[in-house]
Amino acid sequence: MADLSSTFVGIKSPNPFWLASAPPTDKAYNVTRAFRAGWGGVVWKTLGEDGPPVVNVNGPRYGAIWSGDRRLIGLNNIELITDRPLELNLREIKQVKRDWPDRAVVVSLMVPCLEEAWKAILGRVEETGADGVELNFGCPHGMSERGMGSAVGQVPEYVEMVTRWCKANTRMPVIVKLTPNISDIRNPARAAKNGGADAVSLINTINSITAVDLDSFAPEPTIDGKGSHGGYCGPAVKPIALNMVAELARDPEMEHLPISGIGGVTTWRDAAEFLALGATNVQVCTAVMTYGFRIVEEMISGLSNWMDEKGHKTLDDVIGRAVPNVTKWEYLNLNYVTKAHIDQELCIKCGRCHIACEDTSHQAIMAQKQGVRHFEVMDDECVGCNLCVNVCPVEDCITMVPMAPGSMDPRTKKPVAPGYANWTTHPNNPGAVEAAD
Amino acid sequence: MSGEQVRSGIASGRLEPAQYAANFADLHPVLSSHEARVEADRCYFCHDAPCMTACPTHIDIPMFIRQIASSNPLGAAETIFSENIFGGMCARVCPTETLCEEVCVREIAEGKPVKIGQLQRFATDAAMAANKQFFARAAATGRKIAVVGAGPAGLSCGHRLAMLGHLVTVYEKKDKPGGLNEFGIAAYKAVDNFAQAEVEWLLQIGGISIEYGKALGRDVALDRLRAEYDAVFVAIGLGAARALDIPGAELDGVDSALDFISRLRQAGDLSALPVGREVVVIGGGMTAIDAAVQAKLLGARSVTLVYRRDRSRMPASVFEQDLAAAHGVHLIFNANPVAVTGAGSTEAVTFEYTSQDGERLVATGETFSVAADQVLVAIGQVMEAGPADLAVADGAFVRSEHNRSSLAGVWVGGDCARSGDDLTVSAVQDGKVAALSIHESLMG
Ligand SMILES: Cc1cc2nc3c(=O)[nH]c(=O)nc-3n(C[C@H](O)[C@H](O)[C@H](O)COP(=O)(O)OP(=O)(O)OC[C@H]3O[C@@H](n4cnc5c(N)ncnc54)[C@H](O)[C@@H]3O)c2cc1C
Ligand SMILES: Cc1cc2nc3c(=O)[nH]c(=O)nc-3n(C[C@H](O)[C@H](O)[C@H](O)COP(=O)(O)O)c2cc1C
Ligand code: SF4
Repeated sequence: MADLSSTFVGIKSPNPFWLASAPPTDKAYNVTRAFRAGWGGVVWKTLGEDGPPVVNVNGPRYGAIWSGDRRLIGLNNIELITDRPLELNLREIKQVKRDWPDRAVVVSLMVPCLEEAWKAILGRVEETGADGVELNFGCPHGMSERGMGSAVGQVPEYVEMVTRWCKANTRMPVIVKLTPNISDIRNPARAAKNGGADAVSLINTINSITAVDLDSFAPEPTIDGKGSHGGYCGPAVKPIALNMVAELARDPEMEHLPISGIGGVTTWRDAAEFLALGATNVQVCTAVMTYGFRIVEEMISGLSNWMDEKGHKTLDDVIGRAVPNVTKWEYLNLNYVTKAHIDQELCIKCGRCHIACEDTSHQAIMAQKQGVRHFEVMDDECVGCNLCVNVCPVEDCITMVPMAPGSMDPRTKKPVAPGYANWTTHPNNPGAVEAAD
Repeated sequence: MSGEQVRSGIASGRLEPAQYAANFADLHPVLSSHEARVEADRCYFCHDAPCMTACPTHIDIPMFIRQIASSNPLGAAETIFSENIFGGMCARVCPTETLCEEVCVREIAEGKPVKIGQLQRFATDAAMAANKQFFARAAATGRKIAVVGAGPAGLSCGHRLAMLGHLVTVYEKKDKPGGLNEFGIAAYKAVDNFAQAEVEWLLQIGGISIEYGKALGRDVALDRLRAEYDAVFVAIGLGAARALDIPGAELDGVDSALDFISRLRQAGDLSALPVGREVVVIGGGMTAIDAAVQAKLLGARSVTLVYRRDRSRMPASVFEQDLAAAHGVHLIFNANPVAVTGAGSTEAVTFEYTSQDGERLVATGETFSVAADQVLVAIGQVMEAGPADLAVADGAFVRSEHNRSSLAGVWVGGDCARSGDDLTVSAVQDGKVAALSIHESLMG
């Protein structure tokens, strides 16, 4: 049996599955249920400074998009940080940590941009015995208008400054949670690192409007005729999160600063992909808000069976394994030539590959052969783009077959060159340089 | 039509040789991985799922379906087997339309339940194809337990006891394990010798030995077992078919449906198996349906199934009734057999129409007769004389909580302890519950 135990910035948990700071972690009641279900850790719902708590809207806070069968694909919310009194949260955090010493309890924080404010709350969190803090520089709505959340996360100088304050005022590990609402994720991440952060976590939610009600002409969710942009999360955001995690994992300036991967994790596979791209653990929000805490059983079983099958013994055998294979476009091998191939046994003759290629790509798939409906790739036109594979409804019906070096590519009428050659040395590249080695 | 098919009487080889394989192929071939993915995607992962409650063994159905959906079929199989070690057979034979799938919220919402049985088959087949073992024995307890009967109830009990670290000896009357999985279930539900393969697979846990050809009451006495073992589980099924008690029942050609099925299940070459040209099946349960359908598949020209009550009271599910109808079996309701007629061998059965007066069946006096050169009787099974010291009521061993029998140290389960609801899955649950109870009583 694979060993799923995890250590993240010195914080131990029996598995790498944590709950992200959000409604599922807003109360002892929920967190206790989560731990009972098997979650390895939680990041408590973001706490604000002492005083009257924030207020949420009293109408709908969520919007969503669904598949045709109403499987939830993306969720959007306009919820704020916790709206419960600070004292109550702290008391519950202390109790939960005492009752569940083997689980990770990290506390998410968001207070105004003043060192005193951060210092004050850090001291109080330390008293709870929590394992660490996560700085919420990501919330894209409601709090950012007050100069907090993504308003901080979008300005690297602020990120660095606040992180430094926190490191100076606590012995707890400091995790900086990043907002994806920025053009280059490396800038705030490097700022966090420079400020002394022990780790980064990403992504928080993405600015979004999920839909517009075409009768009332108002964005959804609609509160008394009006709507506001909200934070997008769930399966739909996973590709964006994966890319941002990979960017940080391979950024030399980050020097392998630990990453907690967040965004759309729904099954063990999603989690394994985040780990492979360099995350040390994952955090989950929308999936439990859709299906309940029990899904962690599937995650534990799936990850452990997959690791057994592949001979991975510990998480370290998996973490970062895909990072060396993420590269820049200009280093991709231009001598690697593929052609689409349609398995005629599996083909159900829907014609989607043909029309996609014919209307929008390279006119490389015939729709008829000897007057009969028949879909077949014409190698002399196929550029190997993979569009037909992606639109085909039948799994493995169309595959991309690499051509052997030396064989004739009927499209270019040139033999497939052996070895590796990329754009940096390509004759068409005005800036081409001689290959370094 | 071949000459053999129109030959009267009971004859073998009624079909072209190739036709047998086609007729007795898998009733529901296993889903492809694409089909399984699409089907699994339909599951809503309900809270406190009704399907789980409806499953007699309480498999965590939403969880195993989610595991299939996330490409973890072995994890799915583990989820299934941890509650039901016969998850493979149950996936093939459970009348899901009256169990898990009947209460699926998508059945209620749109009349199309998630195909739970077929998804279960998908996962369990994957595990068995990989010969994956999920359970290891706990540290040996030094306790010895006797199990009587190597059917689903007995082996489910034995497997769970072995898991818990006990040493199990199974006493089985026949020379093969499996009980009705091997001798009763319709051939097209358990193709490719699945019943034996499944037993071999589950015995790999170790700690279970089977003594074949040892019948309780004949070769071993209950007293002796109680003296030699720390506990005894009796799961001997219902051995005897209830006989037809009408004039002519002794004629050649009148046969027990169960014997007919059992011969079919054990036949190496189906073309050598004789079947009538006009077959009449008497009864309304799963055995009647299976006998009728299989007679038809063996090449009988006409098969008529006659049930004494109305359709709504038929024990066989609507799915089973439709299966028979789809195979060309003629179903007649509200008719009671009154005589079998024929010179030496059977030629016809005379029935009398009945009507239902509340729970009472009333003969109408009006009769009709159906030509039959073979009559298959499926009017229920009764317990063969069991150990005299176990109390019996309603044709089954009396049992109390956790399947304890009337005797201290003896547990009972499966068909021999149930009056009605005779299903493989219920037998499996009985064995599991008894094992847990035995464990608790021995280990405190
Ligand atoms: C024709 C037919 C079709 C069926 N189809 C289905 C179906 O599709 N789906 C479904 O869910 N259920 C079906 N059933 C019901 C199901 O097969 C039974 O409910 C189930 O097999 C009961 O299991 P068991 O272990 O209690 O008994 P059995 O399966 O009968 O096993 C009892 C075992 O005990 C042995 N034994 C008997 N007497 C002694 C003795 N004195 N000493 C030692 N050993 C003894 C027997 O040889 C046998 O191996 C069917 C039943 C029949 C008859
Ligand atoms: C309703 C809701 C409230 C959230 N509140 C917070 C919060 O208080 N603090 C925070 O850091 N992130 C918050 N998030 C963001 C999540 O922690 C997480 O980063 C995001 O949802 C992406 O993960 P997911 O795709 O698994 O949901 C919230 C998300 C949702 C849906
Ligand atoms: S989820 Fe609960 S709190 Fe929210 S709208 Fe529904 S019932 Fe109300």
